[in-house]
Amino acid sequence: MSKTFKGRPVVAGKIDKGEAVVSHNGVNTLATFQKTALLHDIPVLGKDYVIGSDQNNPDVYGKNLTGKVLCLPQTIGSTTGGMVIYTVAALKLAPSAMLFSQPIDSLAAAGVILADVWTDNSIVAVDSLGEDFLNAVKDGDKITIQEDGTVIVD
Amino acid sequence: MNENFTYKMKLTDDEVAILHGSKGETMAKVMKTLVLYGDAFGAEKFVSVAGNKGHLVTSFGISVLKPVFNITQELIDAGLTVDETFSVDPRPIDYENVKCNPLQKLIFNKILYGMQDSYEAQLKKLGIMNSNAFTCTCYMDEVGNNPKKGDILSWAESSAVVYANSVIGARCNRNSGIIELFGSILGKVPAFDLVTDEGRKAKWIIEVKTTKIPEAQVLGSAIGMKVMEDVPYVKGLDKWIGTELDDKTKAYLKDFGAATASNGAVGLYHIENLTPEAVEMGEDLIVEGAKTYVIDDAELERVYKNYPVIWKDKNATPKLCFIGCPHLSFEQLGEWADRIDDECKKQGQKKVQIRTVMTAAPDVLERFKKENKAAYNKLLLRGVNLSYICPLMYMNNPLCGGDSSNVITCSNKLRTYTTARYFTTDDITKIVVKGGY
Repeated sequence: MSKTFKGRPVVAGKIDKGEAVVSHNGVNTLATFQKTALLHDIPVLGKDYVIGSDQNNPDVYGKNLTGKVLCLPQTIGSTTGGMVIYTVAALKLAPSAMLFSQPIDSLAAAGVILADVWTDNSIVAVDSLGEDFLNAVKDGDKITIQEDGTVIVD
Repeated sequence: MNENFTYKMKLTDDEVAILHGSKGETMAKVMKTLVLYGDAFGAEKFVSVAGNKGHLVTSFGISVLKPVFNITQELIDAGLTVDETFSVDPRPIDYENVKCNPLQKLIFNKILYGMQDSYEAQLKKLGIMNSNAFTCTCYMDEVGNNPKKGDILSWAESSAVVYANSVIGARCNRNSGIIELFGSILGKVPAFDLVTDEGRKAKWIIEVKTTKIPEAQVLGSAIGMKVMEDVPYVKGLDKWIGTELDDKTKAYLKDFGAATASNGAVGLYHIENLTPEAVEMGEDLIVEGAKTYVIDDAELERVYKNYPVIWKDKNATPKLCFIGCPHLSFEQLGEWADRIDDECKKQGQKKVQIRTVMTAAPDVLERFKKENKAAYNKLLLRGVNLSYICPLMYMNNPLCGGDSSNVITCSNKLRTYTTARYFTTDDITKIVVKGGY
């Protein structure tokens, strides 16, 4: 049975049945994305998708995040965070959407706004979806996002 | 440009004109980014950072950040610069003091940091302070990017932001890379969160009930992981570190803060009876209904023991030790000289048995070499290398920071972002001198 949640669109957009990857802890952007991003241009080692590399976050560690709907409370860690999100967006490696149970943090906001203004590869971002959202959504769930910030979990 | 763009912030006529292209298309995009950023946090207006230098987090010409350098070039091409100048995080490599083999150099020079020279040329055009202004501890007197209490800043680098907010009492949000540059170019930042009085209130009370001075990096880590982005008000720590912001205490708070910021997302903390706003306002800084976290010896031990070790061989002998993330202060360099020297005497060793690199700002290192020659010579005699690099950036090279590189550190920030294994100050001193556990 599907469940519907309403949040605030930070970067509005539509997603039809995207695949959820769920982190119950704050996602450390640099720690999560840096390994793939750094190896991106290295022959053999470079990949065209992001594998979460934060050793402290088993919810995303080792998982493919590119094109997925990343569900999380907030991002944490280094202030390179927004720049890293912008970079993976510019390289077409980013999640298609980021859904925050809490109000968006300054680093994630910077990243999705930079991606929106300075690239053609926007990341849909909705925040303030509430704890119930994060409790309800599971890895692999199909997520539909509407421009007004409505999120439907199937 | 931006004619159909709707926003909630109240902009001045000049700001609206910039948004609509009065200073060119690139500046209009800069303004649009900052307005959207302010709107996301309910900022009502911009406030001026005039008179204060910026600090950028991006110090490394890493090829994969080409999209970032493309923005930087667009700014330069549009004639945009930082009027008040700025400092920037540490350089990633220093072959003279942190030696690398040819293969490691190949990765650094051709793949990882192949754009270092061109990026530094960009920084010069944008208005960097000087060629020594590469450090995460820009606020140190030797470096000279030291704001005053109440100053509004457009900085990034989580450890510098949390220090400026907490120890100096300046006002700065946890800005991301690029955003901090945009704020410095505009000379204004949106007023929200840590820039406002309300945003500086504490939502957590931390009660320190340890039987000895807590290890700064473990205490900061425990608090960061608990409170995440909230502001903590720490009680009981003044019992161990005093009520005066002297050099030793500032260094403790530097390391403590870096751990709160990297293991969580803390941008400001208050230490009862010590940090400026806590001294001024006391418990008025604590919001009603604040949560409490009690930290005792057992809690710190639990946190320390739970750090994951992601080395391929968890029992491998360490190959390299980094001390100084964030960069060490002048006083800390002297303390480390004594600590290593004493341990060598105790263990009957002439030199450290594990390659050890201590990092500090270029200007701090210059002062240390000139003004504390005894300690400097002590470190050299004991085989310690001194450098100005960012260990994290060095370890980005898979040949220098892979899971078989077996790097140890007493920095919780370095542990968080790399494969480095964390040890406390006492433990790591014994390990590097002994050559193992």
